[in-house]
Parts: sequence; C-alpha cells; structure tokens
Amino acid sequence: MKSDGAAQPVLRVEDLQVTYETRRGDVRAVRDVSFEVFQGESFGLVGESGCGKSTAAFALMGYLSRNARIEGGRVLFQGENVLERTERELQSIRGNSLAMIYQDPMSTLNPSFRIGDQLREVLATHTRTSDEETYTRCIEMLDKVHIPDPARVMERYPHQLSGGQLQRVVIGMGLLCNPAVLIMDEPTTGLDVTVEASVLDTIRDLRQKFDSGIVYISHNLSVIARVCDRVGVMYAGELVEKATVHDIFLNPLHPYARGLIGCVPGFTADKHSAMLCSIPGRVPSAHEMPPGCLFEPRCPYATDACKEEHPSLREVDGGRTVRCLRWETVAEGQICGTGDGPKAFTCAVPDYETSVLEVSGLRSYYRDKPSWIGSLLGKEEKCVKAVDGVSLNLKSHAVLGIVGESGCGKSTLAKTIVGLVSPTDGKIEFLGEDIARALEKRPREILEELRMVFQNPNSTLNPMQTVDEILGRPLKLSRVVPRSEIKEEIRRWLAAVNLDESYMDRKPRQMSGGEKQRVAIARAFASRPELVICDEPVSSLDVSVKCSVLKTLLTIQSAHGTSLAYISHDLSVVHFLCDYILVMYLGRICEAGTCREIFRPPYHPYTEALLSAVPVPDPTIHRKRIRLEGSVPSALNPPRGCRFHTRCPRKIGMVCETEQPPVRETKSGHAIACHIPLADLEAIEPVIMGRGEAPAESQAASV
Amino acid sequence: MADQPGTDTAGVGSGSLQPTQSPGFVHRVREGWRTLAFGRVAYLLESGVAKVGLGIVLFWVIIAILAPVLAPYPPNDTTGAFKAPPSPAHIMGTDLLGRDVLSRLLYGSRPILVLAPLSVLCAVAAGIVLGLTSGYFGGRVDDVIMRLLDALMAFPTLLLYMVIIAAVGASALNVIIAIAFGGTPGIARVVRSLVLDVRNREFVQAARLRGESPFYIMFREILPNCMGPVVVDACLRIGYAAFAIGTLGFLGLGMPPPDPDWGRMVAEGRQHITSGPWMVIFPSLAISSLVVGLNLFADGISESSHRI
Repeated sequence: MKSDGAAQPVLRVEDLQVTYETRRGDVRAVRDVSFEVFQGESFGLVGESGCGKSTAAFALMGYLSRNARIEGGRVLFQGENVLERTERELQSIRGNSLAMIYQDPMSTLNPSFRIGDQLREVLATHTRTSDEETYTRCIEMLDKVHIPDPARVMERYPHQLSGGQLQRVVIGMGLLCNPAVLIMDEPTTGLDVTVEASVLDTIRDLRQKFDSGIVYISHNLSVIARVCDRVGVMYAGELVEKATVHDIFLNPLHPYARGLIGCVPGFTADKHSAMLCSIPGRVPSAHEMPPGCLFEPRCPYATDACKEEHPSLREVDGGRTVRCLRWETVAEGQICGTGDGPKAFTCAVPDYETSVLEVSGLRSYYRDKPSWIGSLLGKEEKCVKAVDGVSLNLKSHAVLGIVGESGCGKSTLAKTIVGLVSPTDGKIEFLGEDIARALEKRPREILEELRMVFQNPNSTLNPMQTVDEILGRPLKLSRVVPRSEIKEEIRRWLAAVNLDESYMDRKPRQMSGGEKQRVAIARAFASRPELVICDEPVSSLDVSVKCSVLKTLLTIQSAHGTSLAYISHDLSVVHFLCDYILVMYLGRICEAGTCREIFRPPYHPYTEALLSAVPVPDPTIHRKRIRLEGSVPSALNPPRGCRFHTRCPRKIGMVCETEQPPVRETKSGHAIACHIPLADLEAIEPVIMGRGEAPAESQAASV
Repeated sequence: MADQPGTDTAGVGSGSLQPTQSPGFVHRVREGWRTLAFGRVAYLLESGVAKVGLGIVLFWVIIAILAPVLAPYPPNDTTGAFKAPPSPAHIMGTDLLGRDVLSRLLYGSRPILVLAPLSVLCAVAAGIVLGLTSGYFGGRVDDVIMRLLDALMAFPTLLLYMVIIAAVGASALNVIIAIAFGGTPGIARVVRSLVLDVRNREFVQAARLRGESPFYIMFREILPNCMGPVVVDACLRIGYAAFAIGTLGFLGLGMPPPDPDWGRMVAEGRQHITSGPWMVIFPSLAISSLVVGLNLFADGISESSHRI
C-alpha cells in the first residue's frame, strides 16, 4: 500500500549514529542512517548479520544497551525526537504508539500467563477501557490476525499454541493500541515455510486494515520482497541504497545490493544454466574499517577513487538514493544468477546406470520405554515414527535433494543412512552392500566412502584442534595419499575451499561460520568418499556466505564426481543444486522425481503448497496462493491413512483418511503418493504463473 | 577447478581484497600462549582475584623451596626454652619440646605443598578415566560406575580418610591415596556431565563416522574440550586437600613425627592454647592463608573461563 499522500512521515530517522563501547575499543555500529516511514507503508531494512539493523531498530525505540552511545542524529517520531525523551515519556509511547515485535515468539510471551491476560495487560497499561471493552478489543484483534476460535485462545497458555499462531498473537499484541509505527525484527525467521507464508500473508493484510507504518527488519531478501514497499540495504552500519522494492530487486544500483540479490537462487536458473555469483571476502571487522568506501575491498567495480573517498548517499532519478561513486557503471552491468550470468563450469553428469545408494522400506523409530515404575503406573511406550517407510535410489555422480519442513524426518533419514542411528526395519544398500545397521558394525571400507556435512558450523569442528589436525586425521586414516604428501594434500583442499594456507594453524574460534563450514566440507570430501550427505549445511549462514559455501560445495562435487544427498527446507537452494528431489512429510515421501519434474505439474498437493509458500526474491512474481491450515501434526501420533490429509487442500474424501495413498508413477519415473489420479494431477495449473511488471498483490482465489 | 580467492566475480576488477589475511604476529603469539596452557587457564593473568591467590600460593612455594636457607634453626632440634613466647631469638616462640616454631612452620610448608597437588592429581586422573567411560558409554556401564561412586561419596570425607589411614597406616603415600579416593567421585561427576554434553556435538559424530575407536574419541576428541572446568575444579580441590592434610595432621593421621606438619603442630599446641597461643596461631594462619590463596586462585580462573 503506497503512502496516501500524507505530507509528513510518521517516523523520520536523520543521520543516526550509534557506537558501542567494548573492551577492544569503540565500535561504530550505526553510521549516518537516515530514512522515513509514512503512514500505511512498509519499509524494509535488509542486511546481513553485524550490519547494524537491529541496533538501528532498538535505537528507534530509545532502547539501547548500557554500553551503547548515541553519537548523533535524531529519531523524529510524530515530530518529536525520541532520543531526547525521558524514560517515563518513552514508557508511555512504547507499546502504545510505537510497538515492536521480536523474532522468537516463544520468548516474547510469558509462559506462565494466559494469552488473554497478556493481551489485556497491554491495553491496561496504555488505555483506560473497561474490562468488557478490553475483552472485546482483544477478541477482535485475534480475529484480525486470523486466529481461529479467539475466545478459546484467550484462555490458553503459550505452550499450547503452535509457532505460527504465537507469532500472530504477538503481532496482534503489537497492534492492539493502534500504533503509528510497528517495528518488526525478523518475525518469521525460525518458522516453517508454510507457516511463514501464512504469517506473511497476515502482515500484508494488516497493511490494508491498519494504517500503521511498518519497519520490517530482515536478512531474508525474499521475505522483504513480499512484504515491503520500500527497502533500505545496510552494510557495515551504513545505508548503501534506498529504493522501492521493485527497483531494488530488478535493478539494484549499489554493487553490494547487486551482489546480495545475485546470491539468492530464485526459481529461474539452476546449476546447468548459470552459476551463483557470490561476493568475495568478508564484512570488515569493526576495528579494520577501510578508509574510503566500506565495500571497496570486495567490490568488482572499485577504482582507486573508491579507496580514498567515502561516498555519501546521493539521490538518483526516481527518488532512489545510492552510496556509490560508480553507480552509473553498475547500472549497466549484469546481475548474475538470473540466467544470463557467465557459465563458470560444467557440472557432473549423473550416471543413470549405476546406483550408489538404494534404500527400501526404511523405518526408523525412536522408542521411549518407560522405566519399570512408569510401566507399573500404566504408562505406555512412546514411539516417534520419524522415518516410516522411505525408499529412494541415488545414482552415481548425482545430487539428490531431500526437502521437507521440521519434523518430517529428513535429519533422521540422514542419520540412519550414515549409521548414527540404528534402523528399525528396511534395507539400505550402499555400493552393493547392505549396511542397514549401526555404525560400529559396518565394515571399514564402507565407512570411508560415506561421509556427512553437519548443520551447525559452531559445533562441527573440534574447538581444540587446528585445521591442520582436523583435515589431517581423515587423510591419515583413509590413506588416499602417502604420509609424506598429507601436508600438500591439506593445502590443496584449503585452496579448493577458497581458504588461504595460513588457515592451517587456525582454530575454529578464529574462523567465521562460513569458513568453518568450508573446513567441514573439506573434511568430508578429504577421503574421497563416494557419497556425502549434507544436513542443511548452510541454513544458519548469512545470505552471501550461504552462496559462497554452496558454490564451493558444488564445485568440489563436480570436480570429484561425488554423489551428494542434500537435505534442506529451502526449495530454492534445492532447485539450484539438485538433479533429483524427494519431498518428505511426516516420515513418508510424498513425491520423488527430477528437479524439472518436481517444479511442474503434476504436483503432490504438499509440494504445490510448498511451491506457493516459498519466498522468492522477486516482487513481481505471480503465484497461485495456497495456504495450509494448522501445523504439522506430531510424529508421536501421525494421522491415519495419508499423513497429509489433515491439512490437504485437495482432500477428496474418506479414502484419504483411511487408506495409505498408492504411489503413482509417470513414464519417466516421477512418483507421487496420492489418491488423486495422475491425470487429474497433470491437469493442475502450474503454481508459478509468470512475472508481471507491477508488484503483485494477493493472488487469485486459492484452490 | 577451484576458484582463486578474490576473483569469483562477474565484474571489472576485483578491488583491493587480499586472500583472507593471515593473523598478525602479536596475535599469533597470544594465541600460541593460550593454546599452550589449555586455552582457558592462560586467562588467569586477567583476573585480579586470581592474581592475589596466585601470589599467596607462590609465596608459600618459595618459602618451601628456600626453607633450609630461611629457617634459623633445624626444625627438629630442641633449641631453646620450652614453650617460650616470641622473642628476638625465636620470632614465633618455641613449642612444648623447645623446637623453634618459625623453623617448623617454614619446613612444614613442604609436605602440604607436595601432597595436596599430588593427591588431587591422582584424583583427577582417576576421575577423568571413570567420568569419560561413564559418560561416553552410558547405559549399564554408566549406572554401575555412578552407583559405586555414589557409595563412596556417601561417606563423610573425613571419616573416609580416617578409615583408610587407620587401615593402611599413616604415611605420605597413604595420605595421597586417601585424598584421591575422596576426590575422585566429584571429579568423575564433573567430567561425566561435560562428556554428556560434548558427546552430542557434531565433531564427535564426525569422528564416529570415520570409524575411530572409542578410546580415541574419548581421549583425543572429547577430553580436551572438558579440561577447562576440570582444571578449575582441581584447583579448588587442592585447597580442600590442603585443609584435609592439615586436619589429618591434627588427628595424628598425617605425616609421622617428628617431621613438622602444620596440622600436627596445631594438635600439639591445642591444649595449651591459652598459655601458649603462638604454638597454635601461626600454623593455623599458615593453613588458612594457603587454603584461601588456593581458593582465590580457583575462583579467579573460574571467573576468567566464564568470560570467554
């Protein structure tokens, strides 16, 4: 919703400067940040971790930590400078006309109080309404944020609601007093894709129902594309570009913004058509800021002038501002990754004849036997059916993507294949041998051919070992090179993952998340295994770091022809990287096929919903709008029949509830487990309908 | 196949970026020093509390080393009047047998400073082995070991020491054994809980995937990551051990006579505390100061290790 012509912005930030005092000196976290937010408009602040966006957000509320100093600037909220107000005055504004919503709804709400009590508290603090009116207003608000059965929810405790519902309650809390400005700090990070989509819908909806200005802070460009009208990109504490969402995504002018957008794989290109273009280098640490332009060390357009002069924000046609000396040159260049970037290499071609891994009927249950006292008291054994009948076939040199939301069993599947968890039932055939047993019982030769890259970069490396030792050990054990050449081989691996030789003596605490993950990748590939399983290796990394680690992974995989099983909840990454894709839901596979087949009809209804929900960094995309009600059922008690029937928008009747869906296969091997006949599924319209010029609003009616 | 660092762009030039810089020299020296001393322990110089504690302990260590030089009289010789109050000849007076209290005090620092760390070292060694085994294998092994240690911990410590020493006799070795027995369960517990945490981290899974033996995983992967809290705990225990040695000496279960032992000195002078307080005050102060110093040192290290 564009600003309705109101002359005065409801929030105006002028030259804000915030500095933190730390043991090692002063850190200028926010430098000269200026922006405006009008009534009814949504302004997005985008940046990676450490860019200062959260600090700026807290400064808007006048709520900074004790070691923070406001060095300069003003925050004009409704004409008055927030930074000069006393604490008492601020207390009457906060929650009232200036509200904030944080990332984790579980910790925003007090677990000891009912939802209704917490909502009422907001009204009681700032307004003088009668109890009845308070109650009515709360119910109305819960309704406006699409909470079903508001009266019941008012009586519930936070732990009884799902993540998506909680976040909506929190958003409702923020809007209760009809604030002039609502600040949202990454409200959907940590939610599942389908849940995130409905919360984002709610947020967009609110812009029509309320005329609050919204400041939306995120590192996720795709989410910003969906929710915001105007965007400010931050880098190392500065705003480097401000433009409408349309302009920023289709023609970014600042090289950093360009790099950032090029980093995100949309659904346009995959690895065969174009490689991702990452941004080289790292964000400068607070004590090593370059003298000229802060982005200059990493900039492909940099010249000597950029080293000396620190550019200021300059206005460019159309009301945009850019902080770059060479923006005209940048405007003529290309954005990589949109399909017309350079082809950097050739990918490995899957060998359709040989299978590296064949899994049939795999079941992996976690059993929780009660102690003898428990069984005396009548407690039953709890069984989480994490993986319940999965079959897959991975060809040599291929990349298999396993997609699903939290609780679908993909991590358990990975751990079972690799041997960290013992399977309950089923067969796993790897390189011709049946390995369906725990790690300790597998033959050594098999162990060397199967490796894993883990999710959390902070615990994937031994903090007490140097990179030298970390990489040296698998090389020593596997004997792919003679002992004398191990050091040389380590150097080669470091070069392959784009790390300097000096990293050999470093410990994990001296490296960033992306660097640690690269060492983990090198460690996994060092013994030249046949199959590497990657369990969401980049999900906790920043956008640009994600991109470069993915590039590294793909480069190495192609160079060595290793087969890869890549587990993720991010469909766009999987689209870029994988040859084959499996979609999992609650322990079972819904759909399996090549990348092309999965992203086109026929779809499994769940895949369709995922495709519709995944945020894409393109504000002009037209998609069918399919939203799933509720949340993923608990794996302790999965629904009978088809597991998806409780949320399926295409449920056909009782058969979905009682019988397991048959697996329907097309001629090319594309398999869908659904009761709906294949012909009907083929006749569905594609989810992604195309691109338009104007930013797309809420789409055509759902299915 | 690999990209050169700094050139994977689509644009004109590549800016002035160096391939990810190696850390500077000073930074490397600091890191090396930290690595040398298990990382965390090296921070002890940052805490004021630790400095004070260390100062006190070092004071006694120097005294122990230089005792032959500093002591005015041989510790076991009857040199002067019996039960003489402090005087220029005997700065701290003499005891019931006419031995110089100062000299006995100086020499008495030796057993306590040798036995306390040694016994804790034995406790730590035993505790690490038991804690690692228990935490890593879990299940029955864990249950059995923990229950045995629980049984040991159920004894009041002093009673335990007394029982052991009464059984095997009083000597330096037996004091070490007794205190090691007393300290092992606590350390084993600390190690076990650390192992339970570290065991689930991904680098341990990666080691399992490589087919490493349990022995390797326990001692080379898990143990180095547990050492921080264990070192802190051990330092605290040295303080307790010093106190225990003093108490054992007091009860007559410590070092055999006539060698000086602070605890025994207090015991011998106890009955004459009103007529000859110097025989009790100085050794008591000595024990207290050493224990306080050790505790401060342990606190300081603990404080620093939490700040990381």
